[in-house]
Amino acid sequence: MIRFEHVNKRYPERGDALKDLSFELAAGEMAFLTGHSGAGKSTLLKLIGLVERLTRGRILVDGRSLGELPRRHIPDHRRSIGMIFQDHRLLNDRTVYDNVALPLVVAGMPKREVGRRVRAALDQVGLLALERAQPIALSGGEQQRVGIARAVVARPPIILADEPTGNLDPDLSSEIYVLFERFHELGVTFLIATHDQERVSRMAHRILRLHQGRLVADSGNW
Amino acid sequence: MARYRLPPTNRRHPRNAGLSRRRLSAWLEQHREIALETLRRMLRQPLATLMTVAAVAIALALPTALVVVLDNLKALGGDWQRSAAISVFLEQERDEAEGAQLSERIAQRPEVAAVALVSRADGLAEFRAYSGLGSALDQLTENPLPVVLELQLHPSALEPARLTPFLTAIEAMPEVAFLREDAQWAQRFQAILALLRAGVVLLALLLGLGVLLVVGNTIRLEIENRRDEIQIMSLVGATNGFARRRFLYSGAWYGLLGGILAWLLVTLMVWLLAGQAASLADLYHRSFALRGLGLTEVAILLAGSVLLGIVGSWIAVGRHLDLSGDL
Repeated sequence: MIRFEHVNKRYPERGDALKDLSFELAAGEMAFLTGHSGAGKSTLLKLIGLVERLTRGRILVDGRSLGELPRRHIPDHRRSIGMIFQDHRLLNDRTVYDNVALPLVVAGMPKREVGRRVRAALDQVGLLALERAQPIALSGGEQQRVGIARAVVARPPIILADEPTGNLDPDLSSEIYVLFERFHELGVTFLIATHDQERVSRMAHRILRLHQGRLVADSGNW
Repeated sequence: MARYRLPPTNRRHPRNAGLSRRRLSAWLEQHREIALETLRRMLRQPLATLMTVAAVAIALALPTALVVVLDNLKALGGDWQRSAAISVFLEQERDEAEGAQLSERIAQRPEVAAVALVSRADGLAEFRAYSGLGSALDQLTENPLPVVLELQLHPSALEPARLTPFLTAIEAMPEVAFLREDAQWAQRFQAILALLRAGVVLLALLLGLGVLLVVGNTIRLEIENRRDEIQIMSLVGATNGFARRRFLYSGAWYGLLGGILAWLLVTLMVWLLAGQAASLADLYHRSFALRGLGLTEVAILLAGSVLLGIVGSWIAVGRHLDLSGDL
């Protein structure tokens, strides 16, 4: 589903953030991306979401080569990927419902179907009762679950999460990972960047370890 | 709980997808939603919105008011043109009988549509009524006013080539002391109107540019203030068009609201001036009602203001909003 071939990412100001990176993630696979901050985890996720362009090498996502993808196809590409962020990236002047609905509205889905899908997604993360609330009024864990509902609402085949539990205490983090496991079982390809080494080693999933922009360890397919 | 399913192949670009009826109605619904949402957002910041709308309205009201003024002057001028009269003052010693003879002779000339004789007594009565010198005039032992003939000319006789020889001929008549002509004055008035009209067009162009700048700047600020939101929309797959559309609607609303306010301002102005215009017209013995904006003019004003708003925001959006680059 996701395939990196000798990928380099160079920032003009900071030099190489990723160096000669190669790995492949099969459809429906769940993997953790670990490493210290600055190791290149976020950069790797940004390259997959085409938030940034790679400098050298090749990235294939669902058969599409991202290096050659024309700009006008970027929105379509992003719709096939759900992204979850450490700081949630919610719109604070809109309700929980409107936040979760955003990917569907952006894709031009009819209103009635949007309602059905948003409620299903909110139900899956256990926030159906809070659909009229403003995100700012929610706890950190609840806000992150809104972010997760938004990532899954369009039923993308791939979900990327960048430090999804970075701001949460261990109990809330566990709840989030339980949710991830559930979506993974439904067939979604998951790539989660985290520096929570301890939790990752307890979960039976593949681990990709980055150090200074290089892949230094890969626990292999599970 | 809805079962999680993988989406169907997502590779088809929307542009290539056929616009089925369902898609079309979803598209229309989305536009209506965006239009209403943009308006609600503007109304949530009433003061900022009012400032922009007022700036647009004033810029639009100025040329619109001038158009109204010109329309009225034109109507007034037409009125004068039709009644373009020449007053022929007879020598002091000529009496009404001689005046009547002269009037018959003049009436036979092809340029003349009608002749009216104002006797000395009528002239004095009229003077007394409109000069406000009533009691002072009682001191006069005899009527100082001459007999006057008022000529109505055919409109075709107003061209300088025909008018000038005609006036020379009348003035040369022995009974005639002097002439006073309104006709030439009416012609000059028409020339001045044409000049003013050209000035209004230039002013309208200048102020239209002002509207573009006001709306463009407001939209630019709005884009700056909503960078985060635009970025999030982009991350969940919004196209440039999707993000731009709401700013274009903002611009259209600013234009429409500004146009409506300009219309109200001009209507208020006409209403305030109507009384004065009526008493002014009275002084000239004319029935004249100040005209406001006609239906067509209002339609042009509103359509133009909406267009200016859209173009203004289009410029800002084109320069400051691009989702397809790096975030």
